[in-house]
Amino acid sequence: MNKKKLLGAPYFIWSALFILIPLGIVFYYGLTDESGTFTLKNIMAISSPGHAKSLWIALVLSFVSTLICLFLAYPLAMILYGGCRPSQTGFKSDKSGTDRKNIIVLIFILPMWMNFLLRTLAWQTLLEKTGVINNILAFLHLPALKIINTPYAIILGMVYNFLPFMVLPVYNSLIKIDPNVIHAARDLGANEFQVFTKITLPLTTPGIISGITMVFIPALTTFLISKLLGGGKILLIGNVIEEEFTQASNWHLGSGLSIVLMMFIIFNMVISAVFDKDGNGGAL
Amino acid sequence: MSKILIDLKNINKAFDGQMVLDDLNLYIRENEFLTLLGPSGCGKTTTLRILGGFEMPDSGKVIFDGADITKLPPNKRQLNTVFQKYALFPHMTIAENIAFGLKIKNKSKSYIDDKIRYALKLVNLEGYEKRMPDSLSGGQQQRIAIARAIVNEPEVLLLDEPLGALDLKLRQDMQYELIRLKNELGITFIYVTHDQEEALTMSDTIVVMNQGYIQQIGTPEKIYNEPENAFVADFIGDSNIISSTMIEDKLVDILGTRFPCVDTGFGCNRPVDVVIRPEDVCLSAPDLGRINGVVTHLIFKGVHYEMEVSAAGYEWLVHSTSMFPVGTKVGINVDPFNIQIMNKPASEDEEAVGINE
Repeated sequence: MNKKKLLGAPYFIWSALFILIPLGIVFYYGLTDESGTFTLKNIMAISSPGHAKSLWIALVLSFVSTLICLFLAYPLAMILYGGCRPSQTGFKSDKSGTDRKNIIVLIFILPMWMNFLLRTLAWQTLLEKTGVINNILAFLHLPALKIINTPYAIILGMVYNFLPFMVLPVYNSLIKIDPNVIHAARDLGANEFQVFTKITLPLTTPGIISGITMVFIPALTTFLISKLLGGGKILLIGNVIEEEFTQASNWHLGSGLSIVLMMFIIFNMVISAVFDKDGNGGAL
Repeated sequence: MSKILIDLKNINKAFDGQMVLDDLNLYIRENEFLTLLGPSGCGKTTTLRILGGFEMPDSGKVIFDGADITKLPPNKRQLNTVFQKYALFPHMTIAENIAFGLKIKNKSKSYIDDKIRYALKLVNLEGYEKRMPDSLSGGQQQRIAIARAIVNEPEVLLLDEPLGALDLKLRQDMQYELIRLKNELGITFIYVTHDQEEALTMSDTIVVMNQGYIQQIGTPEKIYNEPENAFVADFIGDSNIISSTMIEDKLVDILGTRFPCVDTGFGCNRPVDVVIRPEDVCLSAPDLGRINGVVTHLIFKGVHYEMEVSAAGYEWLVHSTSMFPVGTKVGINVDPFNIQIMNKPASEDEEAVGINE
């Protein structure tokens, strides 16, 4: 018992140094003013029109991105699942299916080998007024695309960057379904659509919930995507907090807003915990 | 004889170029308890899956009650399947599981409730409506899987090794349960298993399969007592399979000794295989039998003793209620009607294999 505790020591030290103490510092700054006296004004600052608007935009954009991710990821996860499902008689795996699946996974994972920042910068270059896409469109005599520095570009960036975090939990919950359960439903008279709504969808709900959490939280807190693709015109709550720390040097206000954001994240996680009691969807 | 309900005609099926079913022909009569028996990979499960609609044969036809259903999807077929690992819907209660097929067919709530009660009573699990599948034991889950299938009143119930995951005692209880269910429901059962005892206990007809071919079709008695080839003899129970020579009708040379038998029509001086079941080998004092031998092994099996007797260069497997200690000199005798003559294997799939899962 003591030995086991000893083995855990490096992790405990790590989490104390880099998680608990910083969290404590955030709470200290968030709940005090410059003179060090207790105050709630940093937290209440969220109700000021500018801050509330940033939070609202962040919530809307991450919600929309999460929804798009879900609708892109679910079919993709089903394609991956279909490609690797063992042949129905059991042990002989469908070789061509496995190959196809590997190619899809490779195409899908390949961009992830590049740095997040680089990928987002690449989108900036692609979407610019005189960027690659618009040059091609101009060459084809098509109207130029004007989505850089709009919310659409931010959503594009969010979906592009966070899509894998939706695919993986959904895929994980799909492969846990016994193919015979699907066969049983077919056998009992359900058509493809009924099998999906009555069996596949309910059984993958934990994966969906976990995917939503894993896309929604990073999307809600991002400031890089909005900075690079929103051109600094659209301030998400993440950008506001970042500016308080880096430009305004108001650590108290920054920490206070961080605490508010943290409450939204905790709220989201509580909801997913309720839906995913068995931890089935815990993909990553 | 009742009418033919299902007719499989010239079914071929290959996976990745490997032949699983080779020109399979089989008919199934109404109200029959038919068992597909064979080692794993013999094609029995594939046959069942083709019947259920989960596999498409590469060629051939599935005729059901006079209609060609080869290309019909599973949800349009008049048969229901009980799967090996139960395959209950884990997110539904027992009642919801049983009601699934009926709800799809838009039956009324009172009809569904009646059916749930009837089905649970039939499988002796009354009062389990609100439970979740994972709170039930394996045997209970399997009975729910059966209940879920039969509420749809299928004409045929397909069972894919349904007792495979249960322990011995439960398996035996469930065998009687299944026979009772079949008699009460009066429908056709098609049962897949690799367990020869299960097949002998429950079936009206056994279809022994190996490597994609049907080896023998017959009643349990016929399959056991008159196996057509070494594979069937070996797969259905223990047996002594001895390479011998048929001297003339009703006389066979086994290991240099002439034994009278009852089979005819194998020709004169033809090499044959002889099957003698271990319980049909009679041991006596030396020189009172046709061949003399020495007991080399002795195991107590409960109902009987299992002995090995070395005689004329062959290790005879003997089951007997009387015990002969190791080293005893004994005489061996076999009644003529207990000697089953078979032609030598014509192909690899008819050869005896030591598989007994």
